[in-house]
Amino acid sequence: MTTAQTRTMLSARGLMKSFGAVTAADNVNIEIPTGQRVSLIGSNGAGKTTFVNMVTGYLKPDAGTIELDGQPIAGLGPRLINGMGVARSFQIPQLALDMSALDNMLVAAACNDGQQSFWRPAHASDRIDRAMAMLSKFSLEEHAYRRVSELPGGVRKLLDIAMALTGSPKLLLLDEPTSGVSVDEKFPMMDTISAALASENVTVLFVEHDMEIVTHYSDRVIAFYSGRVIADDLPSKVLDDPQVQRYVTGSLKQGH
Amino acid sequence: MTNSLKKTLLTGFLLTVLFLAGGLVMPKWLLFLSTMALSHGLVSLGIVLLMRVGVVSFGQGFVFALGGYASAMAANHLGITDAFLMVLVGGGAAVLCALPFAPLLSRYRGIFFAMLTLAISMVLYGILVKTEALGGSDGFNVSRPTLFGQSIASEQSNWVLYSVAVLVVGVLATLARIYVDSVRGLVSLAIRENELRVEYLGASVSQAVATNYLLASFLGGVGGALTLMSLGHIEPNFAYWTTSGEFVFVAILAGHHSMLAVFVGSFVVEVVRSFSNLYFPNTWQLAMGLFLLVVIRFLPLGLGSLWIKRKNKQSAKQEGDQS
Repeated sequence: MTTAQTRTMLSARGLMKSFGAVTAADNVNIEIPTGQRVSLIGSNGAGKTTFVNMVTGYLKPDAGTIELDGQPIAGLGPRLINGMGVARSFQIPQLALDMSALDNMLVAAACNDGQQSFWRPAHASDRIDRAMAMLSKFSLEEHAYRRVSELPGGVRKLLDIAMALTGSPKLLLLDEPTSGVSVDEKFPMMDTISAALASENVTVLFVEHDMEIVTHYSDRVIAFYSGRVIADDLPSKVLDDPQVQRYVTGSLKQGH
Repeated sequence: MTNSLKKTLLTGFLLTVLFLAGGLVMPKWLLFLSTMALSHGLVSLGIVLLMRVGVVSFGQGFVFALGGYASAMAANHLGITDAFLMVLVGGGAAVLCALPFAPLLSRYRGIFFAMLTLAISMVLYGILVKTEALGGSDGFNVSRPTLFGQSIASEQSNWVLYSVAVLVVGVLATLARIYVDSVRGLVSLAIRENELRVEYLGASVSQAVATNYLLASFLGGVGGALTLMSLGHIEPNFAYWTTSGEFVFVAILAGHHSMLAVFVGSFVVEVVRSFSNLYFPNTWQLAMGLFLLVVIRFLPLGLGSLWIKRKNKQSAKQEGDQS
């Protein structure tokens, strides 16, 4: 954990979001310092993904403010927010299935460097070298020339994250990076992600349901329930919180 | 200049020379038919660029007619009779007229994009039919163009106009190939596959759609100007929906992988149309429909997949050998 850093990377204040009668965000207040690895936990419908979607511009909050590194971003579209340094991966990886893993990386690089030349070949050797370097960070180089539709789910997840990381974002949001991955693969996969992120100066928020993963890979845990933040502290403290045990992990024994 | 760029330029140059040389031995009827195939193929090439970004225009007759009318009026009223200048006027006018629609169209996808483009072309058709100054439903005639200040002799006109079409198509198809292989071209293809992802990577999807629409408009306008020069006549049918439908037909036939396939497809359609018209005057559309069904069944990615697949297999084999 990077305790020495005090600058706030993400600040959300008074966030509100409703879908009809359902309140998905109810006065959410979150401050995240630069460099932290924060996991968001909560049962389905607790408001984790709504929060991620509001930060990345997919949803506009009904009320409240969101600031990235001091700049307001609430209500801006995904493209503008990405340009300010926010990248994300998806629960269901969003990839070009009919293209190779390498081509997906080349697209990510082209979108991020803003140099979308009309004539410069997409498959220029310098571009391929950079894309392969990022793929190898995630141990994906052996899959570079395979079509994404032929790749297993875990590999697609890693590719999705590698693409998000291509633009060297300030803030990276990972929506359930280990969902749909077998128990045996979860830890190696998170180790790969952690190793790839180690060299990047990036603040990370990840939505996660596996409490072992949360304990091992987070500096801090924020627990959601019914659109509200019910706990926000170190992993050990949050997971010991009776409210979290009752509403999130389901580990509170009867009589407590 | 990279090797792939050199290869594309060299291929474009060689194919252009080959087609020019072929024109020297073609009979007159085939020269005319090939000129039509090349001109119409350009409009379909524009649709292929749109297909690569995930949309299809059912109204390319709009820019095809604009290109034809603009170059015809430039010749009749402004004295711009040089074939290459008329081509530029046609392409430029089509882009100028398409420009206001580009931001609107770029917000729509799928059938909504297709129907909006169709509506725009039919509005133009209606205006042309009702405008007496432009000849109404009969249209008007245009004299044979000149070439670098020289008039074209009647007996050479088919060959000269074919050569002009080959040169124009050679340049534009090569540029289209370079664009498709470029960084922006790859991003366009990714938009077709997953628009959401591209937007979240920071690229503007609507800007890419608008750009491809304007490029398609230029190609459509140039195709209209080339067709006008060969026919010597322009009429509102250039903007009619069935004309637009034929361009889509060729684009589907060709697929979106190969530029050359568009012109092969266009040539096949012109040949089938000509011979079916001759032997089955009222049922040629039936022959065309059956032909398209066969292509869709056996070549779902279009005629271009015949040689693109082979090329990809060779590259994959080379990569496998290297690793």
